[in-house]
Amino acid sequence: MRKLALPDEILLSIQQPARYIGGEVNMCVKDPESVDIRFAMCFPDVYDIGMSHLGIQILYSMFNSREDTYCERVYSPWMDLDPIMRSQKIPLFALESQDPVKDFDFLGITLQYEMCYTNVLQILELSQIPLHAAERDETVPIVIGGGPCAYNPEPLADFFDLFYIGEGETVYHQLLDRYKENKKANGTRKQFLELAAEIPGIYVPSFYDVEYHPDGTIKRFSPNHPNAKKTITKELVADLDQADYIEKPLVPYIKVTQDRVVLEIMRGCIRGCRFCQAGNVYRPMREKGLDYLKDYAVKLLKSTGHEEISLSSLSSSDYSQLEELIQFLIAEFKGKGVNISLPSLRIDAFSLDVMSKVQDVKKSSLTFAPEAGSQRLRDVINKGLTEEDILTGAAQAFHGGWNRVKLYFMLGLPTETKEDMEGIALLSEKIAETYYDEIPKEQRHGKVQVVASSSFFVPKPFTPFQWAKMCTKEEFIERANIVRQKFREMLNRKSLKYNWHEAELTVLEGVLARGDRRVGAVIEEAYRNGACFDSWSEYFNNDIWMKAFETCGISVDFYTTRERNLEEIFPWDFIDPGVSKDFLKRQWIQAMEGQVTPNCRMQCAGCGAMKFKGGVCCEGKN
Amino acid sequence: MKVRIKFSKEGNAKFIGHLDVMRYFQKVMRRAEISICYSGGFSPHQIMSFAAPLGVGITSCGEYFDIEVEDSENLSTMKERMNQTMAEGFHIESCRRLPDSAGNAMSIVAAARYTISFRSGYEQTALEDFKDTEQWMKELEKFYQNESIIITKKTKKGMKELDLKPLIYEFSSDKTSACMVISTGSAENIKPELILDAYYQHLKKERPAFAFQIQREEVYALKDGRLVSLEALGEGYE
Repeated sequence: MRKLALPDEILLSIQQPARYIGGEVNMCVKDPESVDIRFAMCFPDVYDIGMSHLGIQILYSMFNSREDTYCERVYSPWMDLDPIMRSQKIPLFALESQDPVKDFDFLGITLQYEMCYTNVLQILELSQIPLHAAERDETVPIVIGGGPCAYNPEPLADFFDLFYIGEGETVYHQLLDRYKENKKANGTRKQFLELAAEIPGIYVPSFYDVEYHPDGTIKRFSPNHPNAKKTITKELVADLDQADYIEKPLVPYIKVTQDRVVLEIMRGCIRGCRFCQAGNVYRPMREKGLDYLKDYAVKLLKSTGHEEISLSSLSSSDYSQLEELIQFLIAEFKGKGVNISLPSLRIDAFSLDVMSKVQDVKKSSLTFAPEAGSQRLRDVINKGLTEEDILTGAAQAFHGGWNRVKLYFMLGLPTETKEDMEGIALLSEKIAETYYDEIPKEQRHGKVQVVASSSFFVPKPFTPFQWAKMCTKEEFIERANIVRQKFREMLNRKSLKYNWHEAELTVLEGVLARGDRRVGAVIEEAYRNGACFDSWSEYFNNDIWMKAFETCGISVDFYTTRERNLEEIFPWDFIDPGVSKDFLKRQWIQAMEGQVTPNCRMQCAGCGAMKFKGGVCCEGKN
Repeated sequence: MKVRIKFSKEGNAKFIGHLDVMRYFQKVMRRAEISICYSGGFSPHQIMSFAAPLGVGITSCGEYFDIEVEDSENLSTMKERMNQTMAEGFHIESCRRLPDSAGNAMSIVAAARYTISFRSGYEQTALEDFKDTEQWMKELEKFYQNESIIITKKTKKGMKELDLKPLIYEFSSDKTSACMVISTGSAENIKPELILDAYYQHLKKERPAFAFQIQREEVYALKDGRLVSLEALGEGYE
């Protein structure tokens, strides 16, 4: 029996002890003594969330395919266990061997959203690793960050030894090889960082200096070490069919958020929505081959026993062989007790047809993401979804038996006017009207339900809106009130529902998203005063954060509502994600003019990602 | 055909709750390619019924669930196929065909056998004034020999007294543990902790938390006035 890090009396007095014991189906078991490299892979949130993440499963499987490496998992101890570990001085442990993380060679932390940053510090502190990279000695693991938030790693620069920019499949092997060589040669931590700095895609924050103008903007960002690259180009797998996917994903005991087989069908997106970071930084769009996907679908369902398979991508409808893939899944698995889940499909005749085959129409709802309430604003954000598309799709769906519609919007988008805000209510009303117009009384299954939700817009690095001014908390709330008021005036208001997100959290996300190195002090101060699990509304405490900004003498507005000029050096400018700053500038200007840009398949917009020589950039060119 | 599966749940698996164990075995069915039958409807579910839920923290070597499988299913390889896909702590002990007339596992449970011992590391806490475990267990057995074993339970309506004695069918002790067969299932369901609680109530002491490790050894049904293991109702049991 594997020994556990926590005694029975702790495990039996906390919620969900299964979060901390490992032992799940497909867990990798190795003798730690037999490997050269011990890698602790961390998702800095509770197990239930972290276990749902695809990227970690891919890296877990890839690292463990190396004989010299044992990769284990670490998640944030929930707030019932956290105080116990602190008071009893129990060091944070990895689930597989249950050994303390501090004895590992690497601690890799994936950064999936800004609001996990205090949890990163919780992980470090509970692991008994000094928070600041500068204070770490030879005995503690190398702390490496990756994931989407690593595209602006600066707010976390002080806490990490390294960042990996881009897709993990490419240079991790090189990095691990260099580590092993250095360890064998009795090299120091510093020497390893010097070796790592030469590997493409690897950023060593301590090898760079930042100088600021008196107004607080960046004057110069430059390497202070000969091995440090001036620009870090993101890593990318040009041909996804050549990359290994997971064959045996871990199967958690407890019900986690993503409790199904996740089949990644492509990376990147052709759409070019101007607010979307993923759509920009993951360019170019690359599809996986149909045979590859069929093969993995079968293997994954067999090795996990999951009762559901879900396709994963930014926009599944753009997958060129979607119809064949779905036909295959239905033919192969329908009737074997396996559900097929199809998120992010554009609503049209085809998708409604397959959806009616794979889900219970009466229980499911239709989802549209118009993102903005008016055509004018949808043009500004380059969201190529028209009112006609939505109403036609909805009408078809109502005829197919659906009567529930979900709509997703953003408030606070650049150039947004009162008409755009009210447009959210008006569009919802039109959808309800469509239902009553299209479906005769005797055929209706009750009322139509239209649920519109709005989040508040956060400008993200490497998007055309990285120059945008963000709203204040008060402006956000005011805008939500305008929408709410308009909803109340609608004739079908009883069929409509409007929800909006937390404004305070959004403001903070805005600071962290476009923050620089100075923001790190605020994160640390907030953490010291109790901030943790900020993405969980029951734990988010805005006062702690606002006080931390004050204590550190850092202005929220500088990062959120300030107008940025086109010449400003951004904290993330040293990263090259493929899309060039020139392209983003052109897009920003076009956005202000309300000009749309066609998608990658219609016409190349010259974003810069073609240099990776993959995916949609090469389609039809062979 | 109906098949009764007996499994053990030991070691770290004791931390997995009943609902998660059910979900775990649903996935085992698919991994082991058991041709289990599904209910109709838009979201079909497996025909599977568990005997008696086991509390978190308790280990067991006698857990049961029944499934309905296609007649084409190969019963002789079933156990092995399942064991090849088990996670640590779980083990399939047997798979036996049931007569079509057999009642489902949940409804026929009448009693269960438990062993109580000291959790390792807690011996001193539990022993108090006693010389050794054997003596402690003997005292518990003596307590069992009382004519009635009254426990005061909190209910919605206030305090209620319950006599456990008629619900304990067997009791014995040895050097390290006490073993008991107690009423389980839909009629009168009592837990082994309740007997410990009664003992400590009688001593006018607080039961030390976490001091006892409990293991379920077997689950029984009533057949012809006799307790028989659920497994014995299947074919090929000797």
